Amino acid sequence: MGESERRAVGAPVRKKDAMALLLGKPVYTEDIAPPGCLVVKVLRSPHANAMIESIDPAAALRTPGVVAVYTWQDVPQKRFTMAGQTWPEPSPYDRLILDKHVRFVGDAVAIVAAETEEAARQALKRIKVKYQALPAVLDAHEALDGPVLVHPEEDWKALCPVGADNRRNLCASGADADGDVEKVLADCDVVVEHTYNTQACNQAMMETFRTYTELDAYGRLHVVSSTQIVFHVRRILANALDIPKSKIHVEKPRIGGGFGAKQTVVAEVYPAFVTWKTGRPARMIYSREESLIASSPRHPMEVKVRLGASKEGAIRALDVYTLSDTGAYGEHGPTTVGLSGHKSIPLYTGGLEAFRFSWDVVYTNHQSSGAYRGYGATQGIFAVESAVNELAGRLGLDPVELRMKNIVRQGQTMPAYYNEPASACALDRCLAKCAQRFGWAEKYPVRDMGGGKIRAAGVAIAMQGSGISGVDVGSATIKLGDEGCYDLAIGAADMGTGCDTILAQIAADCLDCDVDDISVFGADTDASPYDSGSYASSTTYVTGKAVEKACAQLKRRICALAAQMLGCEPEAVEFAGRTVRRLDGKGEAGLADIAGRAMCGSAPALQVTCSHSSPTSPPPFMAGMAEVEVDTRTGGVKVLHYTAVVDCGTPINPNLARVQTEGGLVQGIGMALFESITYNETGHLAENSFLQYKIPTRLDIGELDVAFEASYEPSGPFGAKSIGEIVINTPAPAIAHAVYRATGVWHRRLPITPEKVLLGMKKNG
Amino acid sequence: MLTIKNYARPETVDEALGLLRAKKSNVALGGMLWLKLQDKNVDTAVDLSGLGLDAIEETPEGWRIGAMVTLRQLETHKGLAAFTGGALAESVKHIVGVQLRNLATIGGSVFGRFGFSDPLTLLLALDAKVELAEAGRMSLEDFAGSGIRKDILTHIFLPGGKVEAAYLSQRNCATDLPVLTCAVARREGKVACAVGARPARAARFDDEEGLLAGGVSEESAAAFAEDVTRRAVFGSNTRGSAEYREAVCRALVRRAALKLEEK
Amino acid sequence: MEINFVLNGRPVSAAVRPDTLLIDLVREKGCLSVKRGCETSNCGLCTVLLDGAPVLSCSVLAARADGHRVDTLEGLQEEARPFAEFIAGQGAEQCGFCNPGFVMNTIALLRENPDPTDDDIRAFLAGNLCRCSGYEGQLRGIRAFLNSRKGGEGRG
Repeated sequence: MGESERRAVGAPVRKKDAMALLLGKPVYTEDIAPPGCLVVKVLRSPHANAMIESIDPAAALRTPGVVAVYTWQDVPQKRFTMAGQTWPEPSPYDRLILDKHVRFVGDAVAIVAAETEEAARQALKRIKVKYQALPAVLDAHEALDGPVLVHPEEDWKALCPVGADNRRNLCASGADADGDVEKVLADCDVVVEHTYNTQACNQAMMETFRTYTELDAYGRLHVVSSTQIVFHVRRILANALDIPKSKIHVEKPRIGGGFGAKQTVVAEVYPAFVTWKTGRPARMIYSREESLIASSPRHPMEVKVRLGASKEGAIRALDVYTLSDTGAYGEHGPTTVGLSGHKSIPLYTGGLEAFRFSWDVVYTNHQSSGAYRGYGATQGIFAVESAVNELAGRLGLDPVELRMKNIVRQGQTMPAYYNEPASACALDRCLAKCAQRFGWAEKYPVRDMGGGKIRAAGVAIAMQGSGISGVDVGSATIKLGDEGCYDLAIGAADMGTGCDTILAQIAADCLDCDVDDISVFGADTDASPYDSGSYASSTTYVTGKAVEKACAQLKRRICALAAQMLGCEPEAVEFAGRTVRRLDGKGEAGLADIAGRAMCGSAPALQVTCSHSSPTSPPPFMAGMAEVEVDTRTGGVKVLHYTAVVDCGTPINPNLARVQTEGGLVQGIGMALFESITYNETGHLAENSFLQYKIPTRLDIGELDVAFEASYEPSGPFGAKSIGEIVINTPAPAIAHAVYRATGVWHRRLPITPEKVLLGMKKNG
Repeated sequence: MLTIKNYARPETVDEALGLLRAKKSNVALGGMLWLKLQDKNVDTAVDLSGLGLDAIEETPEGWRIGAMVTLRQLETHKGLAAFTGGALAESVKHIVGVQLRNLATIGGSVFGRFGFSDPLTLLLALDAKVELAEAGRMSLEDFAGSGIRKDILTHIFLPGGKVEAAYLSQRNCATDLPVLTCAVARREGKVACAVGARPARAARFDDEEGLLAGGVSEESAAAFAEDVTRRAVFGSNTRGSAEYREAVCRALVRRAALKLEEK
Repeated sequence: MEINFVLNGRPVSAAVRPDTLLIDLVREKGCLSVKRGCETSNCGLCTVLLDGAPVLSCSVLAARADGHRVDTLEGLQEEARPFAEFIAGQGAEQCGFCNPGFVMNTIALLRENPDPTDDDIRAFLAGNLCRCSGYEGQLRGIRAFLNSRKGGEGRG
């Protein structure tokens, strides 16, 4: 495609919804819920593990304004998973809408529907429940084959062979290897062997989980929800309610952030059940507390790394074992764990002779874990990148040079990444550019600033995927409408990322028109073409390719109709954006006229739907460098500078790619330094509000510098890969590295709080 | 959730006090923060915003600050900035954000006697006095230790004269509640110190030994910090352990003392 | 109880309960830009101007608005638009859910301090959380807006 035709791709096009959002237009679920919705609230378990011996809703039902109270006796007894994944879901079917057995503090005990907030709140207090409290599993180490079973039920089931066994508290297990890792390790000059722990973090998107439901004129359940996955929501609700999928219609309005949280059906089942039973519209607005105690945070993982190298710094073998805590339910448990090895080990494909990656995912009586940006890669990369930095320390090598010797390069095949090729890889250029922009040579040396302040720097690299290979399906419907404008319908979900605009940019360049000529609609299970949804960094790469295909087909159809109008063969015309021209120069048809013709006595619709699925998931790559100042008297760590250079293939929209990167870095900084979900000995979670669960403010982050180093991915639209997730992966290992440089103490357990820093230094003498 | 049966906005302090005492479950409303966090049933909420207690006055004896003066007013007041050498602004500027500080009142901070209160720590070191509708004037230290609940705090009084003050706090992240707060103030050569968020409420640990009487140096500051840290009692909560607080106390007191000399 | 206040320049009467929060009242009055984010006075999403000062409407009883002036983004569209264009120019609006509170507080900042430094901006907006943007794009947008007002460079 010629340069002149590439106007939109690569341009910092403004997001189509930007001004509506900035000016506060009512476009989110709670804003558009119809008046008169029943208020739905859930009574939550005070116990980490208990059986409901009896539950009496009578007093609650007598509360004025209360319409219904549902308990486990009222719901379908067919288990399902709330994980938004392609069927058959790897996550086990281990849920009921309400269960007699409650498995974490905050688990659903009863559903209340009332005319008002006050009535619903009062009703919650009036439900009489007698629990038989059971011992709980609150330590992932004690879960496997332990005495307490989180899912003893007979009807628990795993649809996929993920190495699960509910009689062992095992949600998944497995191993992958290439070469003889023990043999190579035994032959290595140096083996770095450490255990790293990453904590549960909450996505903390600004809009909590919100859904409203109503019955439409056809008696179908119409669900409007803040979700990344409309089609999966439809299936999951059909499973949960045990009704046909054809009875459900799901759409999403604007979404106030997701980061993976809304890839799980956290809130939808409750109002859906209420509407299905009562026939009345209902809404569920999760409180922030509910969003923190009963949702879908990052899987805490313990990652053991054995890294073998020669004394010259050639990385020869990597052995990674991950123990993941999926909590009370298995949502995303079997899949997140895989990324902890498959998206960390391949970074060192360079001269790697052997690897082994094995894992166990266990049930505990913590809140169920879920999908959070990075999806296991973040956890594994913290461990492997820290181990590589420890190796550099052991060998006295510069960690950037050490990486340059060992990283994966363009064209290599990555055995630890399903033998996929690094078909587009600018990781080496990212690292070099990052070092140059950051000033690695000046900042890496440890500097005493006086007054107990020490400055130092750290580095990490990362990869992710672009969609799930062989699974994710992206689709686009494009049609030529009145006046020669286009309507693009998608099933992917713009959750603030800007994919509506990015896909329109792709379409605009394919159709040689302005982005403003493309209207984007989505996502709606009745009206959008099937799309697995926006997660796994899939939308630009997978759905973007579907857009490209659909546009190409539509152009052919437009040309065919124009050829009829111009009295020639389709081969004798060319598409020229606003017109279709005869190649012999003997006439042209305007797009508006062609559109008009298509709507009057014309058979083939000027509308095309294309789907796309990719057999590979080309990784984006990046390098990140952090400069910190450690206050050695208080342990405080200030991030002064963070430089990131990303290879996302072609950045379709450099503004949006940059802001994605900055946002991901800041979430990563929060994870590195203070964000954490902790439980006490009874399984109660301490960080149940934003007063306690702290996310970074604009005073916590220092200066961010983001740049791109483009590669060209041949299988992606205009050479694009992905960017949504990878950007969260480098801060934790880079900051841990910088803190080590400043203090001489490795922090292998996140977050690296001031207390840990100070007491670590004290312990070190 | 806080439920309130009646709302009143009296115009005189007497009226407010009468209303407050009319029922056990009546409460006074200052800044109204954390309404959703409270789980109690209030009969009458007595809003103090109509009492005209929102002024900062300089008198010959010192500064008289109305209880309904917001933290933001304190933060941006030029006279108080000059009087405290910027310490007062430092003691409030880490509290969440401007919008919250436009609501939170100094009266609420003081009356609540929260362990984590930043301004309470500084005011203690500045020898602040409180004025209550019924109990009258007393030192902030006495008030902090008292169990007074059903009274109305009308003013905070800061004795004037020349004072040098420094305020420091340690937080796990920028706008979080503090792990430890520390204020040091010097008046006529005598150094007062208050340490809060231990996590218990701020208390005074003055330089009774006269360690800083000969001026603040690296050595005397360290000695004073050691002395304060030895006397103070620390505890643990989710934000930090007693052991950590002790170490931070040593660091902050030393730095705060040294800051006196910078000024 | 009955209260009277001025909402976005128009006198309004409302029947409220003593414990109704201002956020619920203004949303009920159609000011849906005011967002609910945390309920613990931490996120800044519900920022409105009370007598011109930015406050958290989740932490104000509606009753206290009696006799006062309340402004939401619905009433400040024209003041917000030129500045918002520059945030859009950076792609920093992202999911948009924090935007109304952030825009309201920026309006308050610029009324109080028309020429803030980057540190002034960070300090004044510290109580406006954003989980998407990483804040830097917001800062670039504000900076570009201020530069444009000075007639300098920095187009949105």
